[in-house]
Amino acid sequence: MNIHAIKTIYKYEMLRAWETLLQSFASPVITTSLYFVVFGSAIGTRIQQIEGVPYGSFIVPGLIMLALLTQSTANASFGIFLPKFTGAIYEIMSAPISFIEILIGYVGAAATKSFIIGLIILLTAGFFVPLKIAHPFWMLGFLILTCITFSLLGFIIGLWANNFEKLQLIPLLIITPLVFLGGSFYSVDMLPPAWQTITLFNPVVYLISGFRWSFFEVADVSVGLSLSMIVLFMLTCLAIVWWMFKTGYRLRQ
Amino acid sequence: MGKSARPGNSLGVQTIISISNVSKTYASGHQALKDLSLDIRRGEILALLGPNGAGKTTLISIICGIVNATTGTVTVDGHDIVADFRTTRSMIGLVPQELTLGAFEKVINTLRFSRGLFGKKQDDVYLEQLLKNLSLWDKRNNPIMSLSGGMKRRVLIGKALAHEPTVLFLDEPTAGVDVELRKDMWALIRRLRESGVTIILTTHYIEEAEGIADRVGVINRGELLLLDAKHSIMHTLGKKQLHIELEQAIASLPSTLSDWGLELSSDGSQLTFTYDPHNAGSGIAGLLEAVSDAGLVLKDVNTSQSTLEEIFVNLVKETL
Ligand SMILES: Nc1ncnc2c1ncn2[C@@H]1O[C@H](COP(=O)(O)OP(=O)(O)OP(=O)(O)O)[C@@H](O)[C@H]1O
Ligand SMILES: [Mg+2]
Repeated sequence: MNIHAIKTIYKYEMLRAWETLLQSFASPVITTSLYFVVFGSAIGTRIQQIEGVPYGSFIVPGLIMLALLTQSTANASFGIFLPKFTGAIYEIMSAPISFIEILIGYVGAAATKSFIIGLIILLTAGFFVPLKIAHPFWMLGFLILTCITFSLLGFIIGLWANNFEKLQLIPLLIITPLVFLGGSFYSVDMLPPAWQTITLFNPVVYLISGFRWSFFEVADVSVGLSLSMIVLFMLTCLAIVWWMFKTGYRLRQ
Repeated sequence: MGKSARPGNSLGVQTIISISNVSKTYASGHQALKDLSLDIRRGEILALLGPNGAGKTTLISIICGIVNATTGTVTVDGHDIVADFRTTRSMIGLVPQELTLGAFEKVINTLRFSRGLFGKKQDDVYLEQLLKNLSLWDKRNNPIMSLSGGMKRRVLIGKALAHEPTVLFLDEPTAGVDVELRKDMWALIRRLRESGVTIILTTHYIEEAEGIADRVGVINRGELLLLDAKHSIMHTLGKKQLHIELEQAIASLPSTLSDWGLELSSDGSQLTFTYDPHNAGSGIAGLLEAVSDAGLVLKDVNTSQSTLEEIFVNLVKETL
């Protein structure tokens, strides 16, 4: 293992986030605060409670997930796309470093960033609504698994994309809709029965449900199912990455 | 370790990189390298010459691990570049042909990144000396995008040297570098060679190869046409010419001179005689005698020797 190389990539990626502090950390916080103002305050006065949880609090796990998913994919995809785009990737390809180490460096850094963002949003949320976390360890566990899984997805997108448009395509067309339709702002029970069934094909539902359970012990699906789904998704991403590395996909002709 | 005694290597010469029967066909179907074999000697400066698209960058990319060879093997210091990539890549530094750098990072940080990536412990003393050697020390905290093209190229050289490689590849190091800087760069390359680094460079400028290289390889259409010490290339392929300026222009060659294979310049004032300098009986004395016997008055006589450039152009033309 070239530990120096992993540390170098990791540090370098974290440094990049640090140098664009405002964009990296402030903007998700501002976005989330806006959601609170709009959904929490405006709608929250109409919908008072969902399954015994005040609406303002109910949406917190979903909001964090929304930020985690978009930030993880965006950070990780950009991190590996950028050197591909500038050509600086030549150095990584010619370094005494294996694909696994490249992966750990980039995905590790992206996951760390979104983990920090998740915690910041959680703190921000605490300013707006009362929060109690029933299962803090499960909460952290879901947080970390989600950060890693979606950073892996971002890494795949970054390898696959050969222009800026494709880089934005999946987050825009798939991830954001899935999160919005994944029960961030409502309980799946509130949908008509047909939609409830369709919703069960949305992987994000399981994420949000499990994450919300760690806060309030209310869930759309069982927590074990949530966990299995996240792990399954992570293994799928790992398999795709493994295949990409094995074939040198878009990296080594 | 890694001593290789292949035919063609004289005694005492060690091979550091051995390229055996390497071919590369890109996904597009284009064959960029055709069964190319080449031994690079420890401590030498090898210049690879060749027209655009010859396959120089492809060859370098294969050795450095950026492109996979379709067939063939490469060893660096006895280690296979695929099976033992960590060892071989740690030894190699690469300055790519294109200016490929991030825009916002600082010069010093990009060097630290390179060093770490190659598994070396941070050593700011070494990097300081390196930046000073490259006249970049006062720019160390500038973002790369604020540098000029020539400075960026030196940053690339710095990145390649950041992990103290023993083999350095320079893919057209002097493209876009002004004369003054070019001299500095050659001085740097010579210093590196003196410290034991093996240097392989590609160039389109034949004077560069002429000036700095120990050996010159000519690549065209994916094949190594020629590889030899610079002097022996000149020796085997170089020709000398004797130019005879005449006091008075003539309309055509006198028939008594027709056996000499002379060329008459279009204005009729100069005769050119091409000969092989290694051939003792070139007969210059006889020629001069014949010229004066023909009643022509000499104004001036001078000789010229073909440059590598002319040799190279002729070689490439022959294979077209
Ligand atoms: N990624 C690629 N896919 C397909 N063909 C390629 C690729 N890279 C290079 N080639 C082709 O392979 C051939 C050799 O290219 P290469 O870059 O090795 O030439 P070169 O000798 O370095 O030329 P130059 O002097 O212009 O830098 C060219 O015909 C080029 O078009
Ligand atoms: Mg080239």
